[in-house]
Amino acid sequence: MRLSLTLGAVLAGLALLAAGFSYVWTPGDVTQIAVAQKLQPPSAAHWLGTDQLGRDMLAMVMVGARLSIAVALVAVGIGMGVGVPLGLWAAARSGSWLDEAIMRGNDLVFAFPSLVIAILITAALGPSALNAIIAIGIFNIPVFARVTRGAALPIWTLDYIRAARLAGKGPARISLQHVLPNIANLLIVQATIQFSLGILAEAGLSYVGLGAQPPTPSWGRMLAEAQTMISLAPHVALVPGLAILMTVLGLNLLGDGLRDALDPRLRRRA
Amino acid sequence: MRRLIITRALSLGLSLAVATLVIFAVVDMVPGDPASYMLGTGAQPDTLAALRQQMGLDLPWPVRYLRRLGGILTGDMGTSLAYKTPVAGMIMERLQVSLPLALMALMLAVALAFPIGMAAAARRGTAADTALMGAAQIGIALPNFWFAMLLVMVFAVNLRWLPAGGFPGWGHPLAALKSLILPAVALALPQAAVLARTLRSALIETLGQDYIRSARAKGLSRAQALRRHALRNALIPVLTILGMQFSFLLAGAIIIENVFYLPGLGRLIFQAIGQRDLVLVQGAVLVLVAATILIAFAVDLAYALIDPRLRG
Repeated sequence: MRLSLTLGAVLAGLALLAAGFSYVWTPGDVTQIAVAQKLQPPSAAHWLGTDQLGRDMLAMVMVGARLSIAVALVAVGIGMGVGVPLGLWAAARSGSWLDEAIMRGNDLVFAFPSLVIAILITAALGPSALNAIIAIGIFNIPVFARVTRGAALPIWTLDYIRAARLAGKGPARISLQHVLPNIANLLIVQATIQFSLGILAEAGLSYVGLGAQPPTPSWGRMLAEAQTMISLAPHVALVPGLAILMTVLGLNLLGDGLRDALDPRLRRRA
Repeated sequence: MRRLIITRALSLGLSLAVATLVIFAVVDMVPGDPASYMLGTGAQPDTLAALRQQMGLDLPWPVRYLRRLGGILTGDMGTSLAYKTPVAGMIMERLQVSLPLALMALMLAVALAFPIGMAAAARRGTAADTALMGAAQIGIALPNFWFAMLLVMVFAVNLRWLPAGGFPGWGHPLAALKSLILPAVALALPQAAVLARTLRSALIETLGQDYIRSARAKGLSRAQALRRHALRNALIPVLTILGMQFSFLLAGAIIIENVFYLPGLGRLIFQAIGQRDLVLVQGAVLVLVAATILIAFAVDLAYALIDPRLRG
């Protein structure tokens, strides 16, 4: 299982590195259109070839990584920022109407997959990267609330929580000081999984035109534009797809590896 | 069992009511007046006022919501702003493509996932297990619309076995089925990977139980014990995932229909967004969300059928 941790870290790290490095250097200007050099296969001058407007594919993929990572990261932030406190609160008041209300609300959000949320938001406000972030972020909230509550409930029955209560600490303080640190590793693993789902969701939304708008390079839209040229120049469709596949695979492997590394007791459930 | 059905049905009704309220509220927040959109910019003020009254736009929103809800319950989902035809009819027509597609994908996913998950669990820790689960990892990470493009490149453009897109209608049943094969495969593969992984871990969990040891002790082979005793008990987590997957399949179909130019609900939604046809968007989203909620309800009841302990 060490293998999945290493491989995952390398693949996910590669995407992060590409995104970070793109601020310093790219093998070509992604805003520069050179139609004379369009749809060139991979060569020494253009390692991954050029797209239908003559832009360097490696540069496009590197800059596209920024958007994918930023959207997924902020969406995970929204999901954790709202979902974790809700889950902690529900666990602290387990069995009460508040717990019930939070969990039913979660069920409801679950009935709106991120794509459906995005469709509603786009219909109302128009397509943009920000709306994609909101859509994926809202969808992440019930995921984190559920995981947090599920993990926090058994902790509340432990002796040291009882001791903390006797010492006069309130539910909010106990949640922050004693429950949260004990479930942090589960949340980190879940964050990795949601991060990879976010990258897939962003690509899907951009592909159908509900995400970032031109000229911002995005993996999903690169694929949408490549679709009609797939038989002419397969590399235009292969490169962004492989970028998504490798990043998501890397994050999933990283999540699996972290789960095993952080908590050996979970290994049986893997 | 009866109490379970009643409480579940109550929460089902509540979920549906709140979901319609959310969808109604979001679409209602949109700036712009549907009536002036329908009449265009050159409309006379009194014509506009008449249409607004006819559409009920002059009423306060709780009244409009209840009216919409009443309409939906009687099968009237309003009239499309762009096409001027009843929304319910348009959605029903498109469901004739989307529903068979989602069902085909679901069946395909199950048909792939069960043999893979069972084989991996039975050979736990071997090279075969590692290879199957490695393949599943790739399947999960595969963006389905990209996989769809690759399928088109191989099976439609190069081999010319199947159509690259379009839908001939159910008047030509064989051609219609053929045009749904590639989209269904594209939708099914990532779901099959998720399902196979869930099934494998659920099976491994149950294989460690005492009753499996008893079954083995009375002379059943590993494979027999797996099929007769472990499988049924491993179905609960698998069913949970299946229920969740159906909503992902419906949502995924929205994107896949666009790859293959299939005239399903997904294409309809995008046309409606492009034309700012909010009544149509509202209706189509409502159908998707209601389907998800109903499936969750069905899964809850199915738990009780599989596991007698939950019937209480």
